[in-house]
Amino acid sequence: MEYKQTRQGYVDGLLELATENPELVVLDADVAKATKTENFQAAYPDRFFNCGVQEQNMLSVAAGLALEGFLPFASTFGVFATCRAGDQMRNSIAYPNLNVKIGATHCGISTGGDGASHQSIEDIAIARSFPNMTVLVPGDYEEAKQATKAAAYHTGPVYLRFGRDNYPIVKDIHGSFEIGRAKSLRSGTDITIITTGIMVSEGLAAADDLQHQGYSVRVLHMPTVKPLDTEAIISAARETGGIVTAEEHSVIGGLGEAVAGVVAESYPCHVTRVGVMDTFGESGQADELLDKFGLREKDILLAARKILKDKDH
Amino acid sequence: MTDTSTIDQLKTKAREIRKEIVTMVHRANSGHVGGSLGATELVVALYYHLMQHQPQHPEWPDRDRFILSKGHCTPVIYAVLADCGYFPKEDLKTFRRPGSHLQGHPYQPKTPGIDASTGTLGLGISTGAGMALGAKLKHQNHYYYIICGDGEIQEGQAWEAAMFANKYKLDNIIAFVDRNYLQTDGNSEDIMPLDPLRPKWESFGWRVAEIDGNDFDQIITTVEEAKMQKGRPTMIIANTVKGKGVSFMEHEVSWHGTPPGKEDYEKALKELSYGI
Repeated sequence: MEYKQTRQGYVDGLLELATENPELVVLDADVAKATKTENFQAAYPDRFFNCGVQEQNMLSVAAGLALEGFLPFASTFGVFATCRAGDQMRNSIAYPNLNVKIGATHCGISTGGDGASHQSIEDIAIARSFPNMTVLVPGDYEEAKQATKAAAYHTGPVYLRFGRDNYPIVKDIHGSFEIGRAKSLRSGTDITIITTGIMVSEGLAAADDLQHQGYSVRVLHMPTVKPLDTEAIISAARETGGIVTAEEHSVIGGLGEAVAGVVAESYPCHVTRVGVMDTFGESGQADELLDKFGLREKDILLAARKILKDKDH
Repeated sequence: MTDTSTIDQLKTKAREIRKEIVTMVHRANSGHVGGSLGATELVVALYYHLMQHQPQHPEWPDRDRFILSKGHCTPVIYAVLADCGYFPKEDLKTFRRPGSHLQGHPYQPKTPGIDASTGTLGLGISTGAGMALGAKLKHQNHYYYIICGDGEIQEGQAWEAAMFANKYKLDNIIAFVDRNYLQTDGNSEDIMPLDPLRPKWESFGWRVAEIDGNDFDQIITTVEEAKMQKGRPTMIIANTVKGKGVSFMEHEVSWHGTPPGKEDYEKALKELSYGI
C-alpha cells in the first residue's frame, strides 16, 4: 500500500490553484514547515504571509483580506485554529460569512509525539457548530488536494482538516469531489459503515472482512462533515438498518453524533460511534495511538458485529 | 489650524449626533451610551471632514475605511451613517430590535457603510490590519481608520495586531485609542493598568501622537500629519471624556452600558440642546 501525507495534498492543491486564482494568498503562524505551506512560500513569496505565533491575529487578518477581495488560506495546526483562535474563527470569519479557508493540519490523535496538547480531537465539533462554516475532512493525499480545490471554488468559510502522518492512499475515494456529497464506496443491505478522514481505509478493511463472512456491507465515505449528506444517511438507515461511524476525532460532536442526530430524527436505527472516547490523547507513534485509542478495523468490526447480532434477534 | 467655520459646523453636527445617540439607547432600552458620547468628535471629524467616502456607493473601492474595533459603541456610528445617508434615519428606531440591520455590534454583511464586523474586543484592529495589507497588495491609496477602546487593548490580540502592522509597514492605518480611562468594571488603571501607553505603542514600532480627542482641531491636524507619514502605522492616543456632553454622564463608569430612563433621557436631551 502507498502512503502519503494529507497536509502535502493541501499545499499541492494550493500550488495547483495559484495560477488560476491570483487573489489566492496563504497565511501561516510559524508552522510553515509543518503545514508544508513553505512550499507555497517558495513558489509565491509575495503571496505568503507568516504571521508568527499569532493564530488569533492571523484569522482576523484573513478576514480583513477576504473583505478586500482576496482568497486567504490561513494555515496552522487544528488545535490552534479551533481552540486558541476559536473566537476569531467564529466572530471574524463565520459570523460575517467571509470567504476565508482555514487549512488545519496535525489533526487527530495520529499527530503523535507532541501529545494531547497538540492532538486536535475536538476541532470538527467546534467548527461544525458555527453557522456558515463548511467542514471538510479528506481521507488521503489525493482527496486532500480535491478538498482544497473544492474549498477554493466554494464561496464562504471552510474548515479543512488534515493530519500529520503518512496515511494510506485509497483509490476508491478518488472519484469526483462535491462538497456535501457522500462517496458511496460499497453497496450493501445488512449494515452501513460511514467514515470520514483517514478512517476510510480502516472502514473499507472492516467491510471486506464482513463481506467475507457473508454480510452485505454498505460503505459511505463522508469527506464533508458539514453540510451533511442527510439523504445518503437516511437511505442507509432505511435500507440497512444499522450504522457504524468511524472518525479520528472525539465521539462527542463529530461525524458520529451528526449522523446519529439525522438518524434519530428521520429513521431511528442502531448507530455506534467509533472514535476517541471522552478522553485526551498522549504521546506515541501514530500507529501505536490509533491502536490504543480504538481507531482500527477491529474496532469497527466489533461495533458492526454487535449491531448485526442485535438485528438477528 | 482648521478654519473656525468648519469647526463650528462640526460642533453643531456633534451635538445632533449626541442627541441621536441618547435617543437610540433610551428607545432600545439597551446599548452603550458613555463610550459613544466620548467618541463622537472622532467619528464626526472622520465622516464629515477627513474621510473620502460616498454614502450613495457604500462599496466604492477607493473609499477610506472605518472600523469600530470597540464595537459596542454602535450608537455613534449608526447615527453618523444614517445622517450621511447610508440608510434611512427611520432605521435608527430599530436599533437592537429583532429583524433590524442595526445589530448591537457592527455587522458588515447587513449594514450599509459598515466596513468590518466587530464585537469581541481586539478583533477589529487585526481585521483592519488584514484589510490594510490587502490594499497595499492592490496598490490602493485609501486609509483605514480604526477606533479601539482603551479597555479593549488589554486584549493580547491588539498587541499581536500591533506587531503585524509594524512588520508589514501598514502606514495606511491611522488608529485611535479612545483613552477615557474607564471600562466596564471601573478605572482602567485599577482593573489592568495600561499606562504608560505611548511608549508601549512606540516600542511596537508605531508612530504615536497624543491629543484631546474631543477637540476637532487637534483631531484634524493630527490625522493630516499622520497621512504624511510613510513606513509606519499611526496610533493616536485620543484622551476623551466618557459620557461627554451630558453633565451627569461625564466621567461616570455607570453609564458604560446602562440605558438612560425617561427622566435621565429628557435631562440629557435638554443639556444637549441648550448646553450643560
